Amino acid sequence: MTQTIKLSQARIGDRGVITQVGDHCHHQEHEVELERRLLELGFVEGARVELLHEGLFGRDPIAIKVDDMRVALRRHEAASLTIALDAA
Amino acid sequence: MDVAVRPARIALVGNPNSGKTALFNALTGAHQKVANYAGVTVERKEGRIVSEAGRSMTILDLPGTYSLRARSLDEEVTRDAVLGTLAGEVPPDVVVCVADATNLRLVLRLALELKQVGRPMVLALNMFDIAQRQGLRIDLERLSAELGAPVVTTVATRKRGITELVAAVEAQAGLFRAETHNEWHAPSAAEIRVAHREAERIMKACVRPPERPDTLTGKIDSLLLNPVAGLVILLAVLFVMFQAVFAWATPAMDLIEAGFGALGGLVAAVVPDGLLQSLIVDGLISGVGSVLVFLPQILIIFLFIILLEDFGYMARAAFLMDKIMGGAGLHGRAFIPLLSSFACAIPGIMATRVIEAKRDRLTTILVAPLMTCSARIPVYTLIIAAFIPNETVWGFANLQGLVMFGLYASGILSALLVSLVVRKVFWRGAVEPFMMELPAYKIPDVKSVLFNLWLRAKIFMRRAGKIILPLMIIVWALSTFPYPPEGATGPAIDYSVAGMIGKTLEPIFAPIGFSWQMVVALVPGMAAREVAVAVLGTVYAVAGAEENVGALASVLAADWSLATGLAFLAWYVFAPQCLPTIGVVRRETGSLKWTLIMVGYMFALAYLSAFVVYRIAVALGGG
Repeated sequence: MTQTIKLSQARIGDRGVITQVGDHCHHQEHEVELERRLLELGFVEGARVELLHEGLFGRDPIAIKVDDMRVALRRHEAASLTIALDAA
Repeated sequence: MDVAVRPARIALVGNPNSGKTALFNALTGAHQKVANYAGVTVERKEGRIVSEAGRSMTILDLPGTYSLRARSLDEEVTRDAVLGTLAGEVPPDVVVCVADATNLRLVLRLALELKQVGRPMVLALNMFDIAQRQGLRIDLERLSAELGAPVVTTVATRKRGITELVAAVEAQAGLFRAETHNEWHAPSAAEIRVAHREAERIMKACVRPPERPDTLTGKIDSLLLNPVAGLVILLAVLFVMFQAVFAWATPAMDLIEAGFGALGGLVAAVVPDGLLQSLIVDGLISGVGSVLVFLPQILIIFLFIILLEDFGYMARAAFLMDKIMGGAGLHGRAFIPLLSSFACAIPGIMATRVIEAKRDRLTTILVAPLMTCSARIPVYTLIIAAFIPNETVWGFANLQGLVMFGLYASGILSALLVSLVVRKVFWRGAVEPFMMELPAYKIPDVKSVLFNLWLRAKIFMRRAGKIILPLMIIVWALSTFPYPPEGATGPAIDYSVAGMIGKTLEPIFAPIGFSWQMVVALVPGMAAREVAVAVLGTVYAVAGAEENVGALASVLAADWSLATGLAFLAWYVFAPQCLPTIGVVRRETGSLKWTLIMVGYMFALAYLSAFVVYRIAVALGGG
C-alpha cells in the first residue's frame, strides 16, 4: 500500500512518483496557470521526484529532483502536486 | 543553388541555461549589435554572419523560455518573434532550437511547440562534450527523423560544430516553401500533458541514460544549499564581492580621475578662458569623467555576477534568499537586480527583466534605488570625514566605518520596508509563484566571461554618452548662466539659475537644517549624486574638492552644525538624486504614474528622515 501525500508535506529524502498535477477543479485563473507552469517545468504525472533540500526558515522553499533535473519551488506551489511515496 | 537576394533570418530559441547565448557568441563573434526591441525594453541581440557558401545571414538571440506560452516580458518577445508578429521584426526563415544535450526532456517539448509554428527548424544539441563525458548516447538520426528536423551537435565554448550548424541552417533556409502555416496556439494543460508524453516517447526511443551521470552538482548542492552553511557561504561571497568592489576598483578609479583631470588641464591650456573652455572642461570632461569613474566598480560587480551566473550559483542564491526576501514581499529572483544596484541602480533596474510577474518586477524597480549605489560613496565619505570623529568604539570598531555601515543598512532596511508597504497597499494578498530550474554547475568559460564583460562595458559607456552627457550639459548651463554681475564677490554659481533655485527653495529646506548653499549643491547633484561634492567645493571655494576631500571636510565642519551634517547624510540615503535612474525607471515601467510614485515616496522619505535626524540632533545639543 503506497502512501499518497502532497509534495508540500514531503521531507528531505522523500521520493515518489507524481500522481496528480493541479486539483482538477479549477475555479480560478491563477490555478489553471499554476498547473500549466508546473507542467512546463517537468512536473507531470508519472515523473519521479525526490526532495533534496529545504530552506532554513519554515523549511521553505524546497529543491526537488524531477526526473533528471533540479527545480526550486515554494511549498505553497508544491501543494498542487500529489505524489505516491515509494514503499520504504 | 540560387543566390538569395536578402540575408536569411535565423532565430535562436531554447530553455534558459542551454548555452544559447554562448552559441550565439560562437556563431557571431564580435559581429553583434545589442539594442532594444521596438517599444519594449527587452535586450535585442543580433549578429551577422556569412556562410562558407557565401550566403549572408542575420542571427537573433531570443530570450530563453520553456514554452512559447509567454509569461514574462522576455518570453513574450520570444513568442512574438518566432510567430513573426513582433512589431518591427521580420519573421525568421529558420528557427534554431538550442538544447542542453544533457538535459533534453523539457526542450523536446519546446521543440514540438516550435514545429507547430511551421517554420523550418534545426535542433542544436549544445554542450555535447559534457554529454559524451557522461556517456550519454543519443541516436541523432532517429531524433532527427522523430522531430522532422536536422540535428547538429555543438560545443559552443570550443566553437565545435559551428560550421556544420551554419550549413544545416543554410540548407533549411534555401528550401522552397509555400507560405508557412502556423498551427501553434497557447497549449492547454491537457495539451501540455500530451506533448510531454510525446517528448517522453522520443526520449526513450533516442536517448540512452548516461553511464556516468553528473553527481558533482548534487555534492556541491549539499554544501551550498545547506540551510545554515549555504547562507553563511552566500554572505561570504557577498562580503568578498563588496571588498573587491571597493578595494580593487580604487587604483583604476584614481587613474581615470587623474586622466580626466589631466585632459581638462590640457584643454584649459589650449582653449582660451571663456564659455567654450568652461563648457568643455566643466561640462563635458568633468561630466563624462564623473560617470566613467564608476566603470571599474561596475565591471567588478558584473564580473562577479557573470561568474556566479555561469557557474550556476545565482539560482541557488535566489533559493537561499527567497524566504528572507519573501518576508518583505520581494521575489527570490529580485536578489540579483538588487545586488547589482549596489554598483548602480541603472543596471539593477534593467536586470529586473528576469522577474516574470509584473508586480514583483515593479516592486523591485521601486526599491532598487534605495540600495546604496557607488555614487553615494563620495558624498558619504566627505560628510563622515567632516563630522564623525575617527575613533575606536567598543574596543574594536571604527566609528566612521560604523556610520558607513549604518548608512548601507538603512538603505537595505528601508528597501525591505517599502516593498512590504507596496505589497500591502497596492496588491494585497497576491503571491506570485517562485519556481526555477537549478541548473547543473559548470566551470565558467574564461573567454565567454570576458566577452560578456566587454559587452556590459560597451552598453554602460554608450548609455553614459547618450543619457548622461546631455544631462550634464543642462546642469552645467544651469550652474553657469547668467553670469555674475560686475564686481561680484561670491562664487559664480551663486548668481546662476542653480543659485537662484537654491535660494528660492531654501525655505523648504530650512526645517531640515539645509543652508541655501547646500540646496545649490543638490541641483547639479540631480545629474549624478557625486557631483554634489564638486559643487560644494565650488560653493565653498575649495579648489579641487574631489581630490582634496580633507580641505573641504574641514570647511564644512566649521560651517555646518553636526545636526546639519547628519541630516544631509539622511537625505542622501533616500533622495532620488539621479535623473538617469529616473529616466530608466520611466522607460522600464513604461508608466509615468509609477515613476512619479517612486520619485514622490523617495523625496518624502528623504525629507522626513532628514527632518527627524536634524530635530533629534538639535535636541541632543548638536545644533
